[in-house]
Amino acid sequence: MEGIIMAEFLRALLDPDMGFLRNALFLGLIGSIPLGAVGTFVVARRVSYLAAAIAHSVLGGIGASLYCREVLGWAWLHPMLGALMAAVLSACLIGWVSLHSKQREDAVIGAIWVTGMAIGLLFIARTPGYVDGMAYLFGDILLVSSFDLWIAGGVGALILAILLCWHRQIVAVCFDAEFASIRGVRADWIYLLLLLLTALTVVILVSLVGVVLVIALLTLPPAIAALRARSLGGMLFAAILMNIAFVFVGLGLSFSLDLPTGPSIILLAAAVYLISNGAKCLFSR
Amino acid sequence: MTEVAHKNCGCKSHSGEPVICFEGVSFRYGHSLIIEDADFDIYKGESVCVVGPNGGGKSTLLKLMLGLLEPEKGSVRLLGGSARKARAQVGYVPQHINFDPLFPVSALDVVLMGCLGRGSFGFRSRADLTRAMDALDKMGLVAKAKEPFASLSGGQRQAVLIARALAGEAEVLLLDEPTAHVDVAAEERLMKSLKALDANLTLITVSHDLAFVSRSVPKVVCVNRCVHVHPTAELTDARIRQLYGHDVRMVQHDHEHLDSHGGHHHG
Repeated sequence: MEGIIMAEFLRALLDPDMGFLRNALFLGLIGSIPLGAVGTFVVARRVSYLAAAIAHSVLGGIGASLYCREVLGWAWLHPMLGALMAAVLSACLIGWVSLHSKQREDAVIGAIWVTGMAIGLLFIARTPGYVDGMAYLFGDILLVSSFDLWIAGGVGALILAILLCWHRQIVAVCFDAEFASIRGVRADWIYLLLLLLTALTVVILVSLVGVVLVIALLTLPPAIAALRARSLGGMLFAAILMNIAFVFVGLGLSFSLDLPTGPSIILLAAAVYLISNGAKCLFSR
Repeated sequence: MTEVAHKNCGCKSHSGEPVICFEGVSFRYGHSLIIEDADFDIYKGESVCVVGPNGGGKSTLLKLMLGLLEPEKGSVRLLGGSARKARAQVGYVPQHINFDPLFPVSALDVVLMGCLGRGSFGFRSRADLTRAMDALDKMGLVAKAKEPFASLSGGQRQAVLIARALAGEAEVLLLDEPTAHVDVAAEERLMKSLKALDANLTLITVSHDLAFVSRSVPKVVCVNRCVHVHPTAELTDARIRQLYGHDVRMVQHDHEHLDSHGGHHHG
């Protein structure tokens, strides 16, 4: 059964009329690498809720860019660019709040989360013509354009270059920020850098799996890898490989069984997470 | 404490620049005066213990030494310069770290963090690895290098944190309550490793444990808002009562003491 499903999917990938499917697969594969790498640090530092807030607030940028394109005629403002700007802005805000605010951090972060979503939904409601808000919330492979691939490739390369340069500082700050700062590492800046990397990463796969579900691909594979990993490097590579597998198999299942792509990929990742956790509980007794 | 803090304890004559120099340092949190007019020097190779009651200002004194806090009055000089600039040359070992037990790092990974500096980019160098392994060797933990940090015992973790501080080629080692969470055997092992360190290394230890002080160091910095420096031999019951504000029994041991240049003498 699985063999037949995957054979049908592979045949479709080679079909010249199925360019959207190839775009979706390429985007998923390109996004898997930065998602697995940055997600490892997000999970290790336990800032998944900050990443979720950033991901959700991205809808504000998507809604604003759709509105500006239709109403103001700013054709250059692709929704991905709007998402990118909103993600960077909310990462800076959340970083500043979590480092300096005297308010309750969780309440302020919650406020940024819902404000971004509300702004996005209002802009989408006011945009002339039909705009499917659900497509941006939960992803739609028909949304994936070749422009998305270029942005994803550029942003992904930037993320990996930053990680190659500063990964030791990020690890040190995630493990013990006080010691890192005594060693001369700018711990606050490195923390902010991690949030910015998270912001850039979630934008890459927004069109494929949506703003609500992208956080699952950021956190579930590293969380599964963490169950067995003995080093951060091992956790990172395992998370990347799992992301690639989830995207490939999830896309294949969604195409062959005519299911929405985002939920198919995420449910597959969630199922593996639950089974892995269950197996660990069972065998560690 | 009505005595005026005095420079040097008189237990040893020193030449050259002090490694740490407090000149008329006062510090307050809000309206509370935590450190008042502290005036003392610590010299290269000295082994010094900072003692005092809870809330007496030991941690504040430590943070002032590291330049993590700025004095309200007076100046703190570390290795001849400002504490903020020179603190990368200080190996700081906290009392405990709030580390995540699920954070997948080995003992060696933790020690390698000590090699980091402001200009470290990219992957670790071969020299970093050598320094980290040397530091682990000094603490007798080479065999545990690949073990997950979380799986080590309390004493081994403390030793790894000391190795992390040593890996930065520190000139000053600052230990905050190094034996607070370890059993007696681990404490002995830690003490043995610390005694074997380079004689040029300046060792400053914060401790509640007066027995530890009596057998470990020749010079004591007593902190309870005011700061007084004494040779350990002069740390009498009366002085301790004055410092802590109540009776504390000092148990003298017949163990070896470290002298200020890393040698040994009997207490």
